[in-house]
This record gives sequence, C-alpha cells and structure tokens, in this order.
Amino acid sequence: MGSKTATSLTPESTADDTSITSRTSTLLRLVALTPKLFEDYALLTWLVGVVAVLSLLPLARLVAEGIAPGGTLSTDAIARVLASPTTWTATGHSLLTAFGGTLLAVLVGTAVALCVGLTDIRGRNAVVFCFVMPLLIAPQVVALAWLQSFGPSSPLLKMLGAAPAMGSRNPLYSAGGIILVLGVQYAPLVFLTLRAALRTLPQELIEAALAGGAPPRRVLRTIVLPLMTPPLLAGIALSFVSCLGNFGIPALLGIPGNYVVLPTLIYQRLAGLGPGVLSEVAVLSMLIGAIAVLGIVAQESMLRRRDFRISAATIAARPFELRRLRLPTEVALWTLIGIVLVLPLCALVLTSLVPAVGVSLSAATATLDNFRFVLFDHAAARRAFVNSFGLSATAAVVIVAFAIPLAYFLVWRRSRLLRAVNLVTEIPYAVPGVVLAIAAILLFLKPLPLVGVTLYNTVWIILFCYLARFLVLGLRPVVAGYHQLDRTLEEASQIAGARLPRRLRTVIVPLVAPTAAAGALLIFLTAFNELTLSALLWSSGSETLGVVFFSFQQGGDSTYAAALGVLTVIVSVALMLSTLLVAKRLPPGVLPWRD
Amino acid sequence: MARLTIDHLVKRYGEFRALDDVSLTVDDGEFVAILGPSGCGKTTLLRQIAGFDKPDAGSVRIGDAVVSTPGQHVPPERRRIGIVFQSYALWPHMTVAENVGYGLDVAGVKDPERRQRVNAALALVELEGFADRRPALLSGGQRQRVALARCLVTEPSLVLLDEPLANLDVHLRAAMEREFARFHERTGTTMVYITHDQAEAMALADRIAVMDRGRILQLATPSVLYREPADDTVARFIGEGMVVPVAGVARDGDATCTADVFGHRVRMRCDAGARIGGEAHACLRDNALRVVNGATPGVRATITSIVYQGGRFRLDAAPERAPGVPLHFGVAEPCSLRPGDSVTLAIDDGWVLPGWVTRASGR
Repeated sequence: MGSKTATSLTPESTADDTSITSRTSTLLRLVALTPKLFEDYALLTWLVGVVAVLSLLPLARLVAEGIAPGGTLSTDAIARVLASPTTWTATGHSLLTAFGGTLLAVLVGTAVALCVGLTDIRGRNAVVFCFVMPLLIAPQVVALAWLQSFGPSSPLLKMLGAAPAMGSRNPLYSAGGIILVLGVQYAPLVFLTLRAALRTLPQELIEAALAGGAPPRRVLRTIVLPLMTPPLLAGIALSFVSCLGNFGIPALLGIPGNYVVLPTLIYQRLAGLGPGVLSEVAVLSMLIGAIAVLGIVAQESMLRRRDFRISAATIAARPFELRRLRLPTEVALWTLIGIVLVLPLCALVLTSLVPAVGVSLSAATATLDNFRFVLFDHAAARRAFVNSFGLSATAAVVIVAFAIPLAYFLVWRRSRLLRAVNLVTEIPYAVPGVVLAIAAILLFLKPLPLVGVTLYNTVWIILFCYLARFLVLGLRPVVAGYHQLDRTLEEASQIAGARLPRRLRTVIVPLVAPTAAAGALLIFLTAFNELTLSALLWSSGSETLGVVFFSFQQGGDSTYAAALGVLTVIVSVALMLSTLLVAKRLPPGVLPWRD
Repeated sequence: MARLTIDHLVKRYGEFRALDDVSLTVDDGEFVAILGPSGCGKTTLLRQIAGFDKPDAGSVRIGDAVVSTPGQHVPPERRRIGIVFQSYALWPHMTVAENVGYGLDVAGVKDPERRQRVNAALALVELEGFADRRPALLSGGQRQRVALARCLVTEPSLVLLDEPLANLDVHLRAAMEREFARFHERTGTTMVYITHDQAEAMALADRIAVMDRGRILQLATPSVLYREPADDTVARFIGEGMVVPVAGVARDGDATCTADVFGHRVRMRCDAGARIGGEAHACLRDNALRVVNGATPGVRATITSIVYQGGRFRLDAAPERAPGVPLHFGVAEPCSLRPGDSVTLAIDDGWVLPGWVTRASGR
C-alpha cells in the first residue's frame, strides 16, 4: 500500500494505523496531502482569522478599555462618564432624533414602497433611482443641501425673493431639522427592505383574496400589510441604528446650535482633548453601541432580521390598477422626489456657484471659482481626492477579493462555525461608526507588537476601518451571486481534476464577477461618501473628502463645501448610472437603486 | 483496474437512511444502470462514488484503490472519473473547445497534444465545427454531446452518467441513447448510468440495479430482471408486472412448478435453488394472459376498463375470486368487449417470486 499512497488516489486520513508499515505510509500520505490541506483547511483558517481580526478584535479591545482603562480594572471612567449631565443630555438628544428620524423614514418609505411595489404607476425604475439616491449621497452633503434650501443665505430663496432677513436663524439648526434630514436620508432603507419583501410576495396570495371577493383596499389591509410585518420591523431597526450612528447630519445641523448627540459628543471630546480622554470616549462609545444593540435585539426578539439586498425572485404579484388615481399618485411621488432630492440638490448647486456666502446669485455673479479652488488650489482638498479615491478603491477591491473565497465556504460548506462567521461579519456594520473608530484608535494607538509599526495617525487605520465596516456590503452581493450559481458547474471542474484555487480562478470567479463588481461598487460609493470614521481617524496628510468638506463647512466656507459636495454627487450618480448598463446580468436586489 | 466495488455502503441524514447497506460490483468495461423512482437514493449513491459526500459506513473502491470509507476519503478531483451531469454543467463563460479541454489543462497537457485530443473528442461526438461556439448557442442534444466529450477527453476509467437524457425531448432521447450505446462499445469504458426510466436502462445497460428506499433490490441483466424479478417491488416496477397470490405451489421440474392462481392450476417458472411449496406470490406479464372462450378452464374476471393504445386495447379486469387484485392484458383490434363483460382468461406463463418464497418459508 505504501507506494500507492503517492498516486492520485490518496486518502485524506486514515482511521487506525498501528503497524510500522502503515506509519510509514501515513508519513507518505501526509507529504502527498500538503497541497490538499493547504487549499481547503488552510484557506478556511486564514479567512476565519482575517474576519476575527477585522470584526471582533477592535470591539474586544474597546470593551477591555471600558472595563479596565489603561490595563487596570477600574470603574472610575465609567462612573465619571455616567455622572456627567452632558452624557445624559446627549443620550436624550440621540434617542429623540433617532426615534423621530425613524418615524419619518418609516412613514415616507412605506408609502413609496407600497406605491412602487403594488401599483401600476409608470416610470418605476426612475422613481426608485431618484428615491434611493439620498442613501448613496454623503449625509453631510445632504445636510448642507437642506441648509442651503432654507435660511437667510439660501441662493434659492434669494432668487425667489423669499429669503428670511440676514442674521435670522436657519430653522434646520434644531432637533426638528436633524429629524427631518435623517428621515429623508434613511427613508430609502425602509423602502428597500419593504420593496425586496414585496417582490417575493407570492402572487397567489393576493389573487386568492381577490378571487374571494375582497376589494384591493381590503386585500392591502388584511393580506399585504400583515405579511409585511417582518420586513417592516427590520426596516425600522435598520433605520433606527443608522439614525443613531449618523455623524454628518447632527454635526452640520446640531453643532452650530449646540444641540449635541452622542456621536458628535464623542467627536468633540476627542477633537478637543486628544487621546488622553480615550477611556471616557470608550465608555461613551459603548453606551451608544449598547443602545444600537438594544434596538437590534428588540427587533430580533420579535422576528429574525431580514437581509434587504438579497431576495429570491418569484413570480411577483401583478400590480393593482389605480385607474383614475394613477396620475394623482404619480404626481404625488414626483412632488415628493422634487422636495427631498431635486430642491436640496438645486440649492447645493446654486450655492456652489455663489462667489461668496451671502452674495445674491445671478447670471452676472455666478462663478466656477469654488470648483477651481477645491480641485486645484486647496492642497488638503487635492490630497483628499487622492486619498478618498485610493481608500475606497482599495477597500472595494480587497473586500471583494476576500469575499469570493469566504462566500464559497459560507454558501457551499455550511457548518456551525461558518454560520457564526457570517454573523460576526455584520457586527462592524451594525454598530455606529464612531464605535468602530474609537475601537480602532485603541487598537492601533500603540505600535503593533512584533513589527513595531504604528498605524495611528496614518491612512492605514482608515483603510482598516473601511475593510472592517464595509466587508458585509461586499459579502452580501457575492453570497447572492453564489446562490444563483448551479453548483454542478463547480463539481464538473472538480471531477475534471481541478483543485480549489484553480476552481475559484477558472470557474467561480468568472461566474460571480457581475455580482462581485456590484458589491465593489456599493463599497466604493459608501466609502467615498463616508465621514463618520475618518472624522475621528484623519490626520494631516490622510484627509478624506468628507473631512475636508466638514472643515470647510465648520470654517464657514459653505460655498467651497457645496462645490466639493456637488463633485462627490456627480461621481456617485455617474457610477450608479454606469451600473444600469449591466444591471440585467445581476440577481434582483443586488443594486439597491434599480427596481 | 476500473472495476467499481461498493461494499455495505450506508449514508444517513439524521434518522433517514438514504443508502441502506448498498453493495454493488461493476466489472471493468461493464455498463450498469442504476434504476429507481425519484428519492430512492440513486443520486446519493452517485455522489458517494464521485466523492462529493462521505459515507457513514462501508466502502467504495475504484480499481484496487479504496476511495471512500468513513475514515478516509479521496476528494473527487483525484478520483480520475468522469461525470455527465443532468444539467450538463457546461461552463457558460468558456467556448466548447475550452470546456472540453479543461480537464487536459488541469492535467498539464500542452498544445499541440491538447488541441489534438480536444479535436478528436469533438469528432467522436460529431461536433467538429462547433469548437469556438459558446454553450448558450447550442441545442440540448449538442450540449449533451459536449458534456460527453468533456467527460471522455481525459480517458477516465469510470464514467458516471446522472440522468443525462432527462432534459431532452422524446425523439432526441432515442438518438442519444444509440449514441451512448455506440460510445460504450467503442471506448470500452466502465459506465454507471443513473436513471428513473426503465426503457432507457433496458436499452443501454449490461446489467441493471433496481433501487428503492436506499436499498438495491436486484442486480441482473435486463432480461433476467424482466423474466425473473426478485420480489414484489421489482416485479411491479419493471414492465408493470402483476403480482398475484398463488397457492399449492408444487415443483415439477428443475425450474418449473404448478400452482393455483385464483383457483386455476397454472404451470410456472421458479427459481431452481429456492425451497418452494404452499403459498407464494407470482409475477404475471400482460402478454401471458389470453382471452379464451367460456368453456375452456381459466380465470373468470370482469372487465373494468378499456383503453385504446393504437392497434390494440389495454384491458383491466377484476378476477371474480379476488376483485382486489387487478389484472391487465392486451387485445388486438377489433375488440368487442365492453366494461362489465365477463371473460375467461388463460395464463400461459408466470414466475414464482423467490423473495416472497424465502420470507414465507422462513416464517
């Protein structure tokens, strides 16, 4: 048997080898097995290890800091933070704006989802594209656009002669303003969750009710809405966590009026006092993390969370005919889009053309100087373009390259460990961004052991956080791609003698490439518009577009900020539009902006 | 070398035994069909042979090498076998030539030998002009032939075919059946053919293994399977045999006996080795039943339905002695019988089921 073990028919392991000859053959077998072991188990171990480092390690470090600041067990930091009235004011503000924003998002998102998902309105794809767009524009840019729609310096109101008097307060600098913009920003999240569920709602259920003599209104109330409870709850939880963790909107709308929420409180503490207050900031992060987890757990306990991007396509329910109500419904939808998208974006574009804040805009005063300034003259802005493009592209490519082998195991080699891995990848995306950022600072403040390199204050700490946070954004579409794939295609190549690396390279990668590309794009767009992480992690030289935008706005240079915002919106929309060319090859639901 | 030996193989999914003590030997160069209804475990067996799953007990050997036991497992990519999948599993992003040449690439075969062997394989399935096409542009039969060429180009010692004709329409099936038969003749490869279609299995296989509920009920040549089924299930499954109770079984030759069928004494065949006597079950074929005039001794029965089948009628009848055991037989056109008519049936042949005999005598 000994000589045969080196041939192709080599067993993986043997049950019981006792004699000396079989021990020799075991040795031979091990030698022959090394490549096989490498490709399967070593690859899996490596993937799981990376997930642990990205998704678990930073948060474990954060929790350790909360319990034992600086390495010694102590409740001083916790006591100090919990005794401070500021903590509770900010917590109250956070809860108020998060609940308010969620309520608005649910009302708007549900209404639009029912119109798009159940009725025969025309131009469905255009409605979805426009309605979802705010989600893929940076929140801070949306906030600025809204600021510029109201208030004394609004070029729009000035052109209409309706601007309030100079010096009067912008109504958006308030809790109500934050709630309004949060609601508009995250209504698409609720919409997408419901839309995906409506797409899989079996036609027969509705037809059976209609055949039973129920009028459409009754079908909606007794059949559709009850069945939509799980996705609606999921949408509520998702938008609550997003509102709670949002930094850009309360930073722009809350800080000027001294309306502080937890993420902006953490930012102010860290910016004002530096890493010395890390222990306190860690406690604050854990507080906001705990609120987010409570929100998710509350929803989980009611129903299992649903994934809003992935849905199997069944025969979708035939749309209800609105007849006389169709035109009014369409007008109402486009009016809504006009208010939440077109109006603010117009204000943003107009502001970017104003020569200086406060100057009235006319054909004579309009100028492109702001664009010239942010593109060519301002050193930090120029760096930020390079940094943001580089970071986003790197994160997109690395995550997708990692997600393809990981999803192979997640989808086709189910096991308890892999189910746990799947859940763990969601954590950094589920917790508020500030939590991950503080955790990363704690993890990388000191030089890395063994190599002695410090990542803190470099661009690499931002990249690390992007990889951790956006991993799940790339993983989900790739997983959806695998689910669409006939596994016999892989088995056929296995039978042809191909080992795992070759199977991945020659068969699997080409076939999941379209969904992987969609995932990469989703990561790129999100990272490109990101502010929450980089606001806490940037240093001179590693500014991102979000950071530069924010510092323009904080310094009162709204026109530069608007110009930068317009440029990022153009990049985002161009990328979204470019994907529509290949959208037919993707599983439904992978591109959120396509119906 | 390419003999396939499956020894007491067991595969459980929870409490369910998908494979229940399956043993099977396929000789070098033999064409064996595994036949059974859906859910009988035939696909599970194929996946065990291919190595996609590991067994809970028993072993699989290919040639002299043990490839599967609960403790050791050779992965599919090292078993050097070929599979033709039901879905064909052609890679949509590769041309026909790339699909066929894939296994050669993996094995490190370089041009010009590679190209030569791909062309030879395509010539064998008569697809010479299609090398640069994408699978999406081929018809069902052409895809099937590409899958066959891909599977054979590496000259595997054992080829598994997983319901390869299930996705083709009827007339194409007959053509592909002939192609498989010719193929097996020309290459002499050991083939295991999974199917639920007994006509296909009979037409192609040297021997057929009938599977049901995770067990192999009988492994025999098509003719033996039809003439001498091992038990009730096989008898009913193959050729829609009628299983009837018989009494007073008495051997009157090496492999013949007489027995009472619904009170009428009939001469039958029986297993030469089996102990027989008393009561048993027998398998009757529709072509052994004949309508005779009322004066001749035979089985009295009432016609329950008549279905025209083109040139002949299929008649179902209930014996007067046991209306719960339906009989069926054919009558050539024209036929004057109507449902409700009484007929007398002569029985010219039958087979005493040995499986039943053994169990009955063991009681």
